[in-house]
Amino acid sequence: MPAAVSDARAAVAAVVDPEIRVVTIEDLGILRDVEVEPGTGRVVVTITPTYTGCPAMDVIRADIRRAVTAAGHPDVEVRTVHSPAWSTDWISDAGRAKLAAAGIAPPAPVRRDGVVPLTLTVRCPRCGSPETEQLSRFGSTACKALWRCRACSEPFDTVKAL
Amino acid sequence: MNGPFAFTLALGDDALIAAQRLAEWTTRAPEMEEDIALANIALDQLGAARLLLSYAGELEGAGRDEDALAYLRDDREFRNCLLVELPNGDFAVTMAKLLLLSAYQLPLYTALSRCADERLAAIGGKARKESAYHLDHAALWVKRLGEGTPESHRRMQAGIEEVWPYVGELFAGWPQAPVDPATLRADFDEVVSAVLAEATLTVPESAWAPAGGRDGLHTEHLSYLLAEMQVLHRAHPGARW
Repeated sequence: MPAAVSDARAAVAAVVDPEIRVVTIEDLGILRDVEVEPGTGRVVVTITPTYTGCPAMDVIRADIRRAVTAAGHPDVEVRTVHSPAWSTDWISDAGRAKLAAAGIAPPAPVRRDGVVPLTLTVRCPRCGSPETEQLSRFGSTACKALWRCRACSEPFDTVKAL
Repeated sequence: MNGPFAFTLALGDDALIAAQRLAEWTTRAPEMEEDIALANIALDQLGAARLLLSYAGELEGAGRDEDALAYLRDDREFRNCLLVELPNGDFAVTMAKLLLLSAYQLPLYTALSRCADERLAAIGGKARKESAYHLDHAALWVKRLGEGTPESHRRMQAGIEEVWPYVGELFAGWPQAPVDPATLRADFDEVVSAVLAEATLTVPESAWAPAGGRDGLHTEHLSYLLAEMQVLHRAHPGARW
């Protein structure tokens, strides 16, 4: 990988999610591609939204432009794609560990045969107990739901499997 | 109007008007969790609306973007189904509307995800995941209210009865569209009748079947909704946050 591509890529990969600031857009699988156009030096970043209406996308685009510019590439284009559709299965192992450390339960793997919706038990990110219950199917951001641990009584967010 | 443009505009308008109606519940829902839920569902609908209206503008080729289509058309130019513009009513009516809307959007977006148009296929593939969650949410509430107290059962049945006439319009034949909604009616009936049966509710008799939304003939409710939705943009053209 040429140096220009690798440092542009590193700059973009370090951009954090504005609503869940413990993980980067790379951890979440929002970042799909970084290319540097030969000749022009233009950096083309491709991202995909978690949810169609995710209000963080504008801030993410601005943060990407700022990060790439600061890394010495003033010509930046951010492209948004919707196919293939984002899945929580794209959240990296590192991302899952960071979410759990911040008290946000990582999502369960998505059932691909999915005719029958299946709710898997979510483990408490604080005490690890599987004795948890859903409080609200929706949470503080489009991608999360609110749960509570019956063992340690703590409420916690979890990323909805999608 | 050409098939893909008219169809994309109709779906975009469905999602946009549904989003605006659902957002009316913000700070007014029966409980905090439901306030958050309805706002989140509204946000999903708005996300789908933006993608669909942006693409509709490109298909039309007249230089209209998502904002021009959302804010600078009058009621007669909107192509949404009547179901989404109906007032929210009580919580049971809102859940009845959401059940019927999501049971329509889910098979529609799923079929769209397999259609030949790549842009529509991408939007369908994305939106169908969100619709499945909306359908689950509405179904849980319909069952809870249907099986709850005699009063919640009565009101849930009344809610279903109130909005049921508007189902017919959703599945009117549209052979030149990328997906003909008439082909999806069986999926809808299967899902909705199973939910209603579990909720101890009865499927209403089909009789009166109002329509006209796809031709721009709306109920009076749409004009009031648009007045609120469009006033800021029209008073301050080009205003940005």
